[in-house]
Amino acid sequence: MSDPTVPEPAAPEIPNVDDVPEEIAEAAAPEREIAVAVGEPIMQVQNLTVKFGGLAALEDVSFEIRRGEILGLIGPNGAGKTTCFNAMTGVYKPSSGKVLLEGKSITGKQRHQITRLGLARTFQNIRLFGEMTALENVVVGLDARHKTSVVGALLRLPRHWREERTAIDRAQALLDFVGIGDAAATLARNLPYGSQRRLEIARALATDPKVLCLDEPAAGFNPAEKEDLMALIRRIRDDGYTVLLIEHDMKLVMGLTDRIVVLEFGKKLADGLPAEIREDPRVVAAYLGEPEDDVA
Amino acid sequence: MSTVNGPTLQPDPQAEQDELNRESQRPRGGAVSRWNTLSRPAQWGILLPVVILAYAAPALNLPILSTETGGGGGTNWNINLFQMSYYALIAVGLNVVVGYAGLLDLGYVAFFAVGSYVAAMFTSPDSPFFKIPYLWTLPLAMAVTMFFGVLLGVPTLRLRGDYLAIVTLGFGEIIRLLATIIPAVKGQVGFQNVGRPPGSIIGEDGVARPLFSASNGAPWYWLTITIIIVVLLLVGNLERSRVGRAWVAIREDEDAAEIMGVPVFKFKVWAFAIGAAVGGLTGALAGGQVGFVNNQSFTVQQSILFLAAVVLGGAGNKVGAIIGGALVAYIPNRFTAIADYKYLIFGVALVVLMIFRSGGILAARQKLLAFSRKAYSFLRQSPGSASDRQRSEVKR
Repeated sequence: MSDPTVPEPAAPEIPNVDDVPEEIAEAAAPEREIAVAVGEPIMQVQNLTVKFGGLAALEDVSFEIRRGEILGLIGPNGAGKTTCFNAMTGVYKPSSGKVLLEGKSITGKQRHQITRLGLARTFQNIRLFGEMTALENVVVGLDARHKTSVVGALLRLPRHWREERTAIDRAQALLDFVGIGDAAATLARNLPYGSQRRLEIARALATDPKVLCLDEPAAGFNPAEKEDLMALIRRIRDDGYTVLLIEHDMKLVMGLTDRIVVLEFGKKLADGLPAEIREDPRVVAAYLGEPEDDVA
Repeated sequence: MSTVNGPTLQPDPQAEQDELNRESQRPRGGAVSRWNTLSRPAQWGILLPVVILAYAAPALNLPILSTETGGGGGTNWNINLFQMSYYALIAVGLNVVVGYAGLLDLGYVAFFAVGSYVAAMFTSPDSPFFKIPYLWTLPLAMAVTMFFGVLLGVPTLRLRGDYLAIVTLGFGEIIRLLATIIPAVKGQVGFQNVGRPPGSIIGEDGVARPLFSASNGAPWYWLTITIIIVVLLLVGNLERSRVGRAWVAIREDEDAAEIMGVPVFKFKVWAFAIGAAVGGLTGALAGGQVGFVNNQSFTVQQSILFLAAVVLGGAGNKVGAIIGGALVAYIPNRFTAIADYKYLIFGVALVVLMIFRSGGILAARQKLLAFSRKAYSFLRQSPGSASDRQRSEVKR
């Protein structure tokens, strides 16, 4: 954490193909430690098991997320994608297994601590703070990194002023980054559906995550909107964030992700590059059904 | 108390969206939006006369407003003003708990009671404790009630909604019953001659009397509105900081707030502690003015009345809370004929209000950013310019 006014240089390894306005992400989180070694495992899920009563919703699932990649987590309905997601982000307590973020276990930690350690998420069913404006929603995310105490806020100590001043600029930069900069003063509940999804992403990015988990961000989008979203997620990745993506839409997943993990019936079915996954007979069977199964 | 309608999944028909946009552009309460567009000096220009008017209120005992009915009946105007002011103060405190953080507290009178007892037990000659000057009991009452707030909050704030309401209701009763059964707090006998701030005034007969007395409401009223102004400034500071944002985020969606890194439990306890401190402060003021504290006035109905003040005025809005608190105290004093039915009347008023104006009398959204005025006025002046500005910077 050097002088926050001097943005750290972006890692040269990160491909910067289209005209990415990287200054925006830097403006939003200048203190961010940009990925140094792309491809190193940043997050490991080890033998994760989640049981609801006697039912194992997730059984012995292991995979890793590598720094700077977009990892897709796919599977048919009820395969345990969201359960896996919730167990990773601390919403559910796993029955056994571990989740490591940069080598440190985050299982059993409180949810807000997990966020501060660098894991942010969005929600499948949008959960914004409806009575707050878009800008305020993002600033709540930024507050995860703020250190003003209650007494500091009460008496408006210098740290409060400093953090408030930068927060608005950063939040505005993040809103611009996800493409809803003009809606900063609109109440979140009055935003159009697509903007609400984008605002969720901006709010999660505001917590300055090491890994950003997106839970079906394209749900309810038309093809054109999906294209825009894919471009946005790529830009997020190119800015040095690691992305974990849960998605139904195979076209989007295949076009966007660097690697894919497939779940079925709570177990890991396959793990590999998109091209490999597409050809994998087990995955095809899981999605289309095997002829033998059709009898039953 | 918030009207959270939950983010609904809209299939995005254009007409529906237009309706929503219109709604968001429509000013919510004309006066409030006009107020927000005023410049800072203009706002002060309006506020200052209001404050002066508030301080001059003891002289405004007009027949149409007066609570003194002919022949010595009714409530003394200045006493009525003091009651209005302390209801307003307690509504500001309860508003932090109920309005900001969305924690339904049905036992708030307990903190009021603790504050009153602190003032009484450290100043009344009936008390076996050592004595301190009355004004010192105000911060002491705040500290003690803050402690009680944390004591109640830590085990219960993991509960949500209805469960929390029931536990706080129970806490209110526990305090009342403790006041009855513990010998040291003297139950119904109570404490007489509770202390008062220093100062004396020479009467017309040339005899010096204490400035702050039970029969003279005006000094108490002035003291209380001064305290209200200070509390408003401090609560406003909290509101436009990460603390206020955390509270509102918790009110809107507790789980989402926690996952966004808000230490939910900590901020809920803080809301409770701050609300409790203001409640205790009010209790100490009320106990001092009346000069007598016993266990009879700290009932559940009193808690509900405080809550009604907040909801009536506009939960989540501190100015609304002041209006609500003042009204809840004033109406039974002014219209003595209906004073016996005040619970009925406020109940009906609440139902009607919830149907036609669910946000309360002053349904204004609070501002949650310290520089929001500057930021949003910039946005309003130049729609679309924010992103253009960014883009031009990028090209540069």
